[in-house]
Amino acid sequence: MVDAILGGLTGLIAGVSALHWSNLVMIAIGAILIYLGVKKDFEPLLLVPIGFGCILVNIPLAGLMEDEGFLRTIYNMGIQNELFPLLIFVGIGAMTDFRPVLENPYTFLLGAAGQFGIFLTLIISLALGFPYNEAVTIGIIGACDGPTVIYVASKYAKELLGPCSVAAYSYMSLVPLLQPPIMKMLTTRKERETVMKTHKKTVSDTTALLFPIVITIIGGLIAPMGLPLLATIMLGNFMKESGAVARLTKVSENEIANAVTLFLGLAIGGTMNGEVFVKPQTILILCLGLLAICLDTVFGVLFGKVLYYVTGGKVNPLIGAAGISAFPMSARVVQKEGQKYNKKNYLLMHAMGANAGGQVGSVMAAAVMLSVLKAMGVI
Amino acid sequence: MMDRWTFGLTMLIVGMGGTILTLMLFSLIMAGMKKIFPYEKEEK
Repeated sequence: MVDAILGGLTGLIAGVSALHWSNLVMIAIGAILIYLGVKKDFEPLLLVPIGFGCILVNIPLAGLMEDEGFLRTIYNMGIQNELFPLLIFVGIGAMTDFRPVLENPYTFLLGAAGQFGIFLTLIISLALGFPYNEAVTIGIIGACDGPTVIYVASKYAKELLGPCSVAAYSYMSLVPLLQPPIMKMLTTRKERETVMKTHKKTVSDTTALLFPIVITIIGGLIAPMGLPLLATIMLGNFMKESGAVARLTKVSENEIANAVTLFLGLAIGGTMNGEVFVKPQTILILCLGLLAICLDTVFGVLFGKVLYYVTGGKVNPLIGAAGISAFPMSARVVQKEGQKYNKKNYLLMHAMGANAGGQVGSVMAAAVMLSVLKAMGVI
Repeated sequence: MMDRWTFGLTMLIVGMGGTILTLMLFSLIMAGMKKIFPYEKEEK
């Protein structure tokens, strides 16, 4: 009888005795992610489920990531086969207004300049000894676009899914802190004070409607490996612009996006097991991700300066910083910084153009990268 | 198998170059489409 009771009691302390110090570290990290999401409003829709999933997977013996475990089932349902990021992209397409970039098509180029960080970070990762597939995945953090990072990581470096996703979403939410010092450092006061002409509405409904179809076909022909990324975001946008399928648009940007975000966050959190996650390599990846996003801003602003000189001072170089995929946060940062130096300066719509260009640019950069890798026989 | 530097520089040149050229193409196509389907004409 006593033996049976003692045997039963060991079952109750088995979890505690199986706890590894790295699990405790990860439980603390999960709690920090939840704190940042709830109290600091840093990407709460993602950081809360990621943080919760991270805590769950670090409680020993629960078996949540074992075969048929709760988190494993979600993981297999949409991360293993890259479905979740693509569904999120349909929602993002349905929510995004690409008209600002169509008002000034040259802002597509700012969206291209904002992708330099991807490729430079890839080279640095290679120099640090990461294998090709991991270097590509680390570089793609510079896309500053969560679903793109998850798509590439789940396809080519599943072991980096946790750190790369956390880096992408955390740094995206830190854009208001990361970008202003770089913008200030690379521009003169005179450049920052440049007033840009107010936008006149010049985009017809037909152009806005044809945009997603044309981009899908041309982009798909150039970089077929990235077509799922490009096609889903453009499908969402086409549904929005057509106005013919309002119910599908609404369900894509609300119910589907919300449910998938919950599953996605939990499944990413589920990959953050302490024994796999707590290692120097993870810290290195987080640093490289930060570098990638800073380099994007540097090259975006530098290209903005080129436009400033080419146009004889008509383009405020600050809008170059918005050529990344953090939409519309980055454009708001540009507007705020512009007004800091000239109260009469309204850069928001110009920055929104660059930001929408950055959204397309990040997807195209990933698509081009995957197609080049395929052609080189690396993937 | 190519060495790391060849791989990295190829990705930088072809990858970044390809991205810039593609977005430049998008920019030209959309500028052309704005001319083909102008805003005022359609609204009238």
